[in-house]
Amino acid sequence: MDKTQNKEQVTTHKIGIYLWIWGLLFVLSFFSYMVDWFAFQGLLRWTLILTFMFLKAGLIMAFFMHLFWERYALVNVLLWPMTAIACFIGLMAAEGKYTVFTRLLYFFTGGG
Amino acid sequence: MSDHTLDKLPGGFKGMAADMGSDQTAFKGVQWGKVMMWIFLLSDTFIFSCFLISYMKGRASTVVDWPNPSEVFALHVGGVQVPLLLIAIMTFVLITSSGTMALAVKYGYERNRKMCGWLILATAIGGLTFVGMQAFEWSKLIHEGVRPWENPFGAKQFGSFFFMITGFHGTHVSIGVIFLFIFARKTLRGDFDTGKRGFYTTMKSDYVAIEILGLYWHFVDLVWVFIFAFFYLW
Repeated sequence: MDKTQNKEQVTTHKIGIYLWIWGLLFVLSFFSYMVDWFAFQGLLRWTLILTFMFLKAGLIMAFFMHLFWERYALVNVLLWPMTAIACFIGLMAAEGKYTVFTRLLYFFTGGG
Repeated sequence: MSDHTLDKLPGGFKGMAADMGSDQTAFKGVQWGKVMMWIFLLSDTFIFSCFLISYMKGRASTVVDWPNPSEVFALHVGGVQVPLLLIAIMTFVLITSSGTMALAVKYGYERNRKMCGWLILATAIGGLTFVGMQAFEWSKLIHEGVRPWENPFGAKQFGSFFFMITGFHGTHVSIGVIFLFIFARKTLRGDFDTGKRGFYTTMKSDYVAIEILGLYWHFVDLVWVFIFAFFYLW
């Protein structure tokens, strides 16, 4: 990259975008804290936690980390490996269920 | 960032296929250091995922009740037990510092040296505040008898997951704070305007370095989003 090219590189994003995302992150964090404050339980709690979490993560990655404006070559290289993590989560969730099942079986019934 | 020659290239998945099959550069218009930071962050994602997945597995497979994080991390304020208060403040501090960092990147590309420098400094102070509060939280829990091998609240695995996950995240924040202070000094000194060569490299300094530093800092915030959700709220 030569110097003249660098000088032309001026961001095209207005400050309003960043302030909006910033505000949204505050609001979403406040909401996720409220989930604990009102002590929601069970499926409602987990759904709300995950919703706010993914919204926050998405906003940070898309706008603060500029992925929304990057070319698909970079975006796809970064996002597809996440499917491997999703598979790992699925595997270990099943494994955790099996472990607790065998523990209950052997610790408390002696395997009978 | 936007480049005039990039606008002529095809976008979307068609553009991706063309970029990947093209000569020399797959990630067009992205400085190599930025690509390397992204690859590093991708590998870091896997490390934190492994921690959080092992936490999930550990918590799911224990036959003893898991300590209630809402009570464990509560603070006494004026005789009232406020759940997760410190953690909530830490979350807001980290998001604030993420916002100042995003603005620093913007002002950096606009070659506004002073705004960029001071915003990086503000980010560093936010990060330092976060680490300070985390140190307070750790010492509070250690004082209450939480150890990696036992704790007075419930399942023994709680302590080891807590210290491992928040410790690894805190280390990332601390390293980030150090770099933020270094880059605040470099920015305010004008290294990125004069193209001064760095200490470890013969290459000229450029404001793209601020974006790369920003990527790291936003990632630290991103990881906290997941830790906050899975460890503190779940």
